[in-house]
Amino acid sequence: MKPAHDLQPAILPLRLDRASYAVGGTTLLAEISLSIEPGRRLVVMGANGAGKTLFLRLCHGLIEPTAGSRIWANGVARAAEQAMVFQRPVLLRRSVADNLDYPLALRGVPRAARRETVARTLDRFGLSVMASRPARLLSGGEQQRLALARAWAMQPQILFLDEPSSALDPSATRLIEEMIEGFSADGITIVMTTHDLGQARRLAQDVAFLHRGRLIERAPAGTFFAGPNAHEARAFLAGDLIW
Amino acid sequence: MDGPFTTALSLIAAGDAALLQIIGLSLRVTLTAVVIACVIGLPLGAGLALARFPGRGAAIILFNALMGLPPVVAGLIVYLMLSRSGPFGDLALLFTPTAMIIAQTVLILPIVVSLSRSVVEDLWAEYQEQLRSLGAGRVRAVPTLLWDGRVSLLTGVLAGFGRASAEVGAVLIVGGNIAGHTRTMTTAITLETARGNLGLAVALGIILMVLTLTLNAIAWGAGQWARGRLG
Repeated sequence: MKPAHDLQPAILPLRLDRASYAVGGTTLLAEISLSIEPGRRLVVMGANGAGKTLFLRLCHGLIEPTAGSRIWANGVARAAEQAMVFQRPVLLRRSVADNLDYPLALRGVPRAARRETVARTLDRFGLSVMASRPARLLSGGEQQRLALARAWAMQPQILFLDEPSSALDPSATRLIEEMIEGFSADGITIVMTTHDLGQARRLAQDVAFLHRGRLIERAPAGTFFAGPNAHEARAFLAGDLIW
Repeated sequence: MDGPFTTALSLIAAGDAALLQIIGLSLRVTLTAVVIACVIGLPLGAGLALARFPGRGAAIILFNALMGLPPVVAGLIVYLMLSRSGPFGDLALLFTPTAMIIAQTVLILPIVVSLSRSVVEDLWAEYQEQLRSLGAGRVRAVPTLLWDGRVSLLTGVLAGFGRASAEVGAVLIVGGNIAGHTRTMTTAITLETARGNLGLAVALGIILMVLTLTLNAIAWGAGQWARGRLG
């Protein structure tokens, strides 16, 4: 399938300009500046509590920077052509097909086009056999695949993924990674967090390394894994505790 | 002399016309009131769960407190509204089934509002970021959350039905317990007991309880089925 964003105004690159996020005087993200380029797979790494999830939520527009700014290329505050898959995605208490249909209906896609997109999405991700099953009763791996399929059906230009396979076994994880690579092949820009170093090595084209809410390293994957500059990142790769 | 239970069973077995009329009216009044209370109360409760406005806390406390509104007081209020000198006196609704429906709606509404607020509030906590991410704002989230909370909401609707079908004070005051016109099971029980006509009173009592049991069994079964089916 051709990604529909050939027809839409480009929302990328997404730029963060010294974006910070603070709650009650505690700075959780500090002056992050970076540009997310279209068509790349960026993996956000860092220890627990480094601010990876917050970073995704900030980019996605679920939270607003308390200082600095987030700028989409088309100038809007929160672009519609983006999607996010949460670490624990919420599936609605309805069938698999209806879960795919729901965000399309929210976007005002006409019924006939929705039915076609849903069918194509089910087919592409091998979910057709479970189309009418209640989404909440799927296995963990199936639920995660549905969550990714739901995001794909929205035809986003950029997709944020928060620990997309953190609770899955290796075979389910491989399916998820194949899906992510497929998205990438469709031209969807990927920004994802993972604590799985192997997964980061397999999927990353670029790496952003966060440490205590700061972006301390941003490099192409090859350079980063060969030897990052920041000693916290080196320690992280070596498996040391960096507190 | 036959005991009240014998009388009750023979009345039920004979399909007594007056008895059937009373049962029919009771069901019509209560079910209509439940439907109206749901149409108003479900969106209102969901709105109360999602909206943030000054006085929201007070509104929540008010609806919670109104769940305990004594039926006679609800009846009295509706009576004052509908009586000839009241603001809606011209409609001539007092002592009609419509007045009884209004009074019972007043009784059920707080239950439906409070329960749907609590159900939707809990769901919203879980769904909020996901729905925002998918593109649903607070207003659009209301039908989604009500639908996803449908199993839990059924319990509240049932509690409303239970309250309305069991109460006697409100329908007695605004309906007047007129035979063949506004006599319901509960008002008939009151009257027949006072008259010493225990057979009919017990018969009605048995029917009322069987109806309530049946309805609860159906609802419970539907809930179990839906939980298994929907997760």
